[in-house]
Amino acid sequence: MSIKLNALFSDSYVDISQYRDQHFKGNRYEQEKLLKQSCTLYVGNLSFYTTEEQVHELFSKSGDVKRIIIGLDKVKKTACGFCFVEYYTRADAENAMRFINGTRLDDRIIRTDWDAGFKEGRQFGRGKSGGQVRDEYRQDYDPARGGYGKLVQKS
Amino acid sequence: MSRRRHSDEGDAGSQPHKRRRTSEPIEIEDRLESLICRVGEKSTSSLESNLEGLAGVLEADLPNYKGKILRILCAVARLLPEKLTVYTTLVGLLNARNYNFGGEFVEAMIRQLKETLKSNLYSEALYLVRFLNDLVNCHVIAAPSMVAMFENFVSVTQEEDIPQVRSDWYVYAVLSSLPWVGKELYEKKDVEMDRLFNQIEGYLKYRQKTHVPMLQVWTAEKPHPQEEYLDCLWAQVQKLKKDRWQERHILRPYIAFDSVLCEALQHNLPPFTPPAHSDDAVYPMPHVVFRMFDYTDAPEGPVMPGSHSVERFVIEENLHCIIKSHWRERKTCAAQLLSYPGKNKIPLNYHIVEVIFGELFQLPSPPHIDVMYTALLIELCKLQPGSLPQVLAQATEMMYMRLDTMNTICIDRLINWFSHHLSNFQFRWSWDDWADCLTQDIEKPKPKFVKEVLEKCMRLSYHQRIVDIVPPSFSALIPANPVCSYKYEEETECPLPGLAMATTVSNAIKNRASNEEILIVLKDVPNPNQDDDDDEGDGFNPLKIEVFLQTLLHLAAKSFSHSFSALAKFHEVLKNLTDSDEGKLHILRVLYEFWRNHPQMISVLVDKLIRTQIVDCAAVANWIFSPEMAHDFTRFYVWEILHSTIRKMNKHVQKIQKELDEAKEKLEKQQNKKVEKQIFLTAETLLFKPHIREHKDDMEKNSEDEEGQLEEQIERLQEKVESAQSEQKNLFLVIFQRFIMLLTEHLVRCETSGVDINTTWYKNCIERLQQIFLMHHVIIQQYMGTLENLLFTAELDHHILAVYQQFCALQL
Repeated sequence: MSIKLNALFSDSYVDISQYRDQHFKGNRYEQEKLLKQSCTLYVGNLSFYTTEEQVHELFSKSGDVKRIIIGLDKVKKTACGFCFVEYYTRADAENAMRFINGTRLDDRIIRTDWDAGFKEGRQFGRGKSGGQVRDEYRQDYDPARGGYGKLVQKS
Repeated sequence: MSRRRHSDEGDAGSQPHKRRRTSEPIEIEDRLESLICRVGEKSTSSLESNLEGLAGVLEADLPNYKGKILRILCAVARLLPEKLTVYTTLVGLLNARNYNFGGEFVEAMIRQLKETLKSNLYSEALYLVRFLNDLVNCHVIAAPSMVAMFENFVSVTQEEDIPQVRSDWYVYAVLSSLPWVGKELYEKKDVEMDRLFNQIEGYLKYRQKTHVPMLQVWTAEKPHPQEEYLDCLWAQVQKLKKDRWQERHILRPYIAFDSVLCEALQHNLPPFTPPAHSDDAVYPMPHVVFRMFDYTDAPEGPVMPGSHSVERFVIEENLHCIIKSHWRERKTCAAQLLSYPGKNKIPLNYHIVEVIFGELFQLPSPPHIDVMYTALLIELCKLQPGSLPQVLAQATEMMYMRLDTMNTICIDRLINWFSHHLSNFQFRWSWDDWADCLTQDIEKPKPKFVKEVLEKCMRLSYHQRIVDIVPPSFSALIPANPVCSYKYEEETECPLPGLAMATTVSNAIKNRASNEEILIVLKDVPNPNQDDDDDEGDGFNPLKIEVFLQTLLHLAAKSFSHSFSALAKFHEVLKNLTDSDEGKLHILRVLYEFWRNHPQMISVLVDKLIRTQIVDCAAVANWIFSPEMAHDFTRFYVWEILHSTIRKMNKHVQKIQKELDEAKEKLEKQQNKKVEKQIFLTAETLLFKPHIREHKDDMEKNSEDEEGQLEEQIERLQEKVESAQSEQKNLFLVIFQRFIMLLTEHLVRCETSGVDINTTWYKNCIERLQQIFLMHHVIIQQYMGTLENLLFTAELDHHILAVYQQFCALQL
């Protein structure tokens, strides 16, 4: 019929970000292909105390959640402030990117991003101390994320 | 958030004379698209000057890019209705400069209108009709030919044996264009217009309005009647007519160009016959106009236009269109809503809040996913922190006050919105303002609402948080602490039957027993229902289920993931125990008993049990309607479970149907390929190529095998589809039957004891029945025959039958 106007139907909240998993087994192209088809979201900036139940309640608002994997400190095996949320359909995940990303969970603004798909081992933080990398170097005090960053704590 | 992908050319609209940087055709086309789409947006130059400039650019590009320009303009007419008058003015200017182009554009629009009507795209068709009408104001289309089109539209009301929604649409298309073009058409053709008006009035008088109660958000007439949409629009147009078509709200850029446009030659619309009705036509459903504010609610600042003013109609239409265009990008959507032209003359925040809630509460379903509205309102609060939150609070307060007459489905959505909204603002709310609900019976709408809101708030936080945020007087409404209830916990004086067994099972699980081992252990559980004939002990044994499931759930109570793992690990045992319908029902009972303080856990576990086929959907339905669940029957979570169950069933049928369709397509492709191959092989063998003759037999055999396999697969899938569809139908029948039984019982009991039927429970139950129809109307349409013959017969109590009749009226 008529043309689709590119200028009109911006859907930027659904675009993939600049982040690429450095541990991904495959090339950039393969990773991007998976990101563009993925039904799995990475969720960051969670409080260490945020539960699977809270994540489930919030993310169910955009569709049926297939699976939640809470991110763990590699050493302590306790929650370290991120998780993966997998939906049954891509459309449900897109709505999460549009309407849940950038809103609050447990009083914190959370951030969602596309993930190429959960693989065993990816549930662990990659920081030297066992948590997430971002908690190694940050300077601020965040009581919901273990207080000061690890570097600050060691000094 | 990543940056917008389309090129950010800044104020492209304000500098249309800028020299093009490249001469690549594709880039020029993109630029044209961008220029046209962006005109009318915020700019340093005036709208008139931008339009003038753009018209000049486009006129110059017509020789080389006419087709593209035509297509873009047709698309914006269809897709950007909120900028209607901007684009009609542009077309007007182009027509004044190039008469032929104007003619071609009108023809293209008519073609597009025909296509949208044939493709069931009725809202887009509406925008096209409105666009054509405004072109009369821009001297592109001659008024008499527009009136002729209207006459053809209204004559649809004379067609026989058509669904009412068909003639409704054509009447609506005429009426809803009049705010824009009423003045012009009346000036030129008042006799014909009066005749049309009389015809429309006659039609509206005799129209069926059975559907209205089912679509109203509030049942009360005060303070704002929830009017049927055509009735409301008719009142608005009549008032406009009485005011001699004086309409001051619509932005009309073409007025500034009157001297130029006056000189232009007009085109006549070709005679337009509405496409005939066909069985696969899907007309828009009727709706009810949502109103929650009037001029008394916005005490300071500009006055809110009255409910029967045409300004109100235009404002609401435009705000709906903005949301429709930008719902995917909440920041843009909020910005666009807040920069509504003419916003200084109206209490814009009130209109925005009313339109948003109108969409959220729309029955049967909101136009967009519920959570979008929450996110949009949060963005609006961010952009207008000094004013919007107050309007929102006022709206919430008003809705709380009117809960007694609010439709249960809408209350559900209000609960979800309010709790999610609060969770973004540290749960701050003046709960004390709602202390009046504390003196009411806890089943009444107000305390029930507060209770359900607190329960949802708890799901997004934790129990102690809820205790902390409400005043102590609200303690009765605080949800239970979501802990489990393990019946085999304590050693009591009279140990429960199964206690010892539970310990054994628990130890076995902790020692990593396999499914077989557990089954062996469970063989020793006595069966309180035991028949003497049942030597094997394989019959339904409620105690076995209780002992096993309670113990398993207890060991896995820590989190959702723990429980999911447990169910997965012992799938075999669970399957074994729930072989019968009674078994399936009992497992749900045990689950409920164990997790009765944690409705969220019940929901996710029921979901898992269905997905792993331990229970079927009908079992869940029967469980919900069972006497044991009567106590929780009016709680929100129960209906969330039921509707989630129905949705799973629907998706299951869709999935298998899709597999079947794909297999059929594959077979068709195979068969086409085979025919091609045959032709090729015959030709080749004719040319005496012996080696191909040899391979020919092999190739034929292979393709025959493949085909055979596919045909078998299709047969299997066909059976699967039929079986799934039968299960789906059965699910709905079970649900309807149980509703009818429950409601009939209540009505009979009330009648015999001379009590008013309208109890809180009754209102809740009958609206839940309505909800089944509304939420799944597409599927249920397939069963109309069965429903009418089997369940919703004339013998049924008229209160219950009314719900069915209202549902039927939605697509008449």
